[in-house]
Amino acid sequence: MMTTPVWQHRTSRANIVLWVGWLFLVALFVFCWQVMTKDTIWAFVADAPEQAADLGSRMFPPRWSYLDKLWVPLWDTMNIATLGTLLGVIIAVPIAFLAASNTTPSTLFVRPVALFIIVASRSINSLIWALLLVSIIGPGLLAGIVAIGLRSIGFVAKLLYEAIEETEKIQIEAVTATGASGAQILNYGIVPQILPAFYGISVFRWDINIRESTILGLVGAGGIGVQLQASLNTLAWPQVTMIFVVILGTVVISEWVSAKVRHAII
Amino acid sequence: MLSVNHLSKTYAAGDKALDDVTFTIPSGQVVGLIGPSGAGKSTLIRCINRLVEPTSGSIQLGDTTITGLSTSELRAVRRRIGMIFQEYALVERLTVMENVLSGRLGYVSFWRSFFRKFPAEDVQKAFALLARVGLTDHANKRADALSGGQRQRVGIARALEQDPQLLLIDEPTASLDPKTSRQVMRLLLEMCNERGLPAIINIHDVVLARQFTERIIGLQAGKIVFDGPPSELDESVLTRIYGEEDWKTLEHDSEAA
Amino acid sequence: MVDKISSFPKTWKRPPVFFESAPLRYSLYALALLWFVLAIGTVDVNWSRVAEGMDRGWRFVKGFLTPDFTSRWKDISAGLIESLTMTLTSTVVGIVLAVPIGIGAARNIAPKAVYYVCRSIIALSRSLQEIIIAILFVAMFGFGPFAGFLTLSFATIGFMSKLLAEDIEDIDESQTEAIRATGSSWLQLINYAVQPQVMPRLIGLSLYRLDINFRESAVIGIVGAGGIGATLNTAIDRYEFDSAGAILLIIIFIVMITEYSSGYVRRWVQ
Ligand SMILES: Nc1ncnc2c1ncn2[C@@H]1O[C@H](COP(=O)(O)OP(=O)(O)OP(=O)(O)O)[C@@H](O)[C@H]1O
Ligand SMILES: [Mg+2]
Repeated sequence: MMTTPVWQHRTSRANIVLWVGWLFLVALFVFCWQVMTKDTIWAFVADAPEQAADLGSRMFPPRWSYLDKLWVPLWDTMNIATLGTLLGVIIAVPIAFLAASNTTPSTLFVRPVALFIIVASRSINSLIWALLLVSIIGPGLLAGIVAIGLRSIGFVAKLLYEAIEETEKIQIEAVTATGASGAQILNYGIVPQILPAFYGISVFRWDINIRESTILGLVGAGGIGVQLQASLNTLAWPQVTMIFVVILGTVVISEWVSAKVRHAII
Repeated sequence: MLSVNHLSKTYAAGDKALDDVTFTIPSGQVVGLIGPSGAGKSTLIRCINRLVEPTSGSIQLGDTTITGLSTSELRAVRRRIGMIFQEYALVERLTVMENVLSGRLGYVSFWRSFFRKFPAEDVQKAFALLARVGLTDHANKRADALSGGQRQRVGIARALEQDPQLLLIDEPTASLDPKTSRQVMRLLLEMCNERGLPAIINIHDVVLARQFTERIIGLQAGKIVFDGPPSELDESVLTRIYGEEDWKTLEHDSEAA
Repeated sequence: MVDKISSFPKTWKRPPVFFESAPLRYSLYALALLWFVLAIGTVDVNWSRVAEGMDRGWRFVKGFLTPDFTSRWKDISAGLIESLTMTLTSTVVGIVLAVPIGIGAARNIAPKAVYYVCRSIIALSRSLQEIIIAILFVAMFGFGPFAGFLTLSFATIGFMSKLLAEDIEDIDESQTEAIRATGSSWLQLINYAVQPQVMPRLIGLSLYRLDINFRESAVIGIVGAGGIGATLNTAIDRYEFDSAGAILLIIIFIVMITEYSSGYVRRWVQ
């Protein structure tokens, strides 16, 4: 694929490096594949189509009557996502200002700490946060809300600090030149410039959080995932399908809402 | 009165942008600052309100020495100096009125400015200035909804809302068409004359500079190479500032204008 | 001054940014407040359990600050190897499959029928979350990293082909036109006009997806699809917070490395 004439403007040395790179990637892939599948029981894999057919026959039709029991968990799920987003955003805003190179009070000490908080929060999936929190504060909605909040901090703060770094310097200078104080410069020079990005990021994260909060119940952090876990444990596949349908519907609607809102803002 | 003494600025990159610049501006005088691109005009203007930190030398406004002030003292002196920018530098997403009122930020508390509850005199002054620059109907529009000429007039209103004792004006017309440029220059001049306000106008257009200012300072590679009335700005002086060029055509333009 | 200054209004109110009608605005505020109160009301918290947990929370913080890599190192390294191999293989397979699907889902170069098929595959892959796919694949293929590999490959297809298709739809039409005018075949068109334009971003996105897949590989272990997630799950279940802290730090460290190196590669590619 890479031998097209377009790439010929590279020197032949660069070409060799490229080829060695691709070769290395292929070798790495083969190696990883072997390590990964060394304990795989291929009989199970070969059996998969049958299993799939079996699963399919057990999953359909969904148990529609189960829907009645899902409204309250759904309400909880929405609340986990929304309250969690609120919590995350509230904490993320100051962190973003500490992390942005043009607003941080200290590039040497404060900025690295803020950046570490961001990367730590982003590296750890909300389900893992939930796992931890359930073990610490016990199962329930609160664990879910805090898990969503903790995961959202990094996401929101990262995008927001990038927006802060992209603000137009001249607008900020003009406010500075009037003799405004630091807080006033923030309020008049920086905030108006990042506000649309801020709303967009928050709504975007809310949309993602709706998705994520549907499964937090698998580890006991509340919401519709609790029902999913219970149905899986009892192998009640028609209920599982029903839950999937509800999750899918919620996700589609929230995606639509978020797209609409972001469109209206920008 | 503004006096600048032995001002030098060397940027971190090593560019010597200003080299031992000294001049004095008495109150009420409008000075045109000309010079080729990179001569240090913007640097000079920005050193005066310390958006750029001078390397050495001193600057005095009235009896305040601007160089060497603490942060809070610097704020107090910045509010006495109005600044107008080439790219207007309005806060695009704020309304016109908020932009004009932001000229009072140095005078009001944070909470007052946060809730946009400015003192009655400030609001009245802002409305009066908007009327003066002909933008009364645009007060509630967002700044990015205005045309270039309108934006620059908001910039002027913002600077004057400060009740400044000095105006620093960095290429006010560079982004405007010739007609609007002249209108804006005329407006600026009238405003300065009404208030007896001294101003430094950094300007590329020699014709405009001649037409509108009473004194011209020529800057070349960070040094003052000319300081005198526009009438003395002849071919040899222009060559000294800008280098060799056929300046005759310029004379012609100037008469036509 | 043209007019006397005292003739001007003494106050000014900023016009509202959203929802200009005041009744609508206030009812929306009221609604939001009502929701907030109700939502907080339904979060019923067992405060004595939370108070009890503070001690465990503190132990977690301590465990995170003084991680224990050694006592569970065998489990950790096994989980880590599964996660890493799973990440790499699924990213490669996912991208290889995503390229044809992405091309097929680009409106400007694919035939109508192909376009709809490819778009449906993308929609299916994107609307199902990794965890849900993992549950199904574990049920079909049994426990272990193979199910995880399939999950991540499937998710990668949806992600990559959607972005690739959007990129292709955004490419500069004049270049495609120019190549078309030479009477080239469809494959030549892709090769000469499309590939050079989307290649740098494709590489950037691949690295980004590699990063995502690694993070996801740490999660799907919770439902039995292999990887470090299972190890982490066990550590947390046993309240071994110092081992859990070690695993989390490793995850953070690897994510930091991928992020840093992908930034480097992206700059090199462009
Ligand atoms: N922030 C900065 N950092 C480093 N060097 C700078 C900076 N700003 C300006 N300079 C340098 O200082 C010198 C003077 O620049 P300045 O912007 O003051 O020129 P100018 O006369 O305003 O030019 P122009 O007419 O193009 O606006 C130039 O050599 C420029 O490269
Ligand atoms: Mg300049």
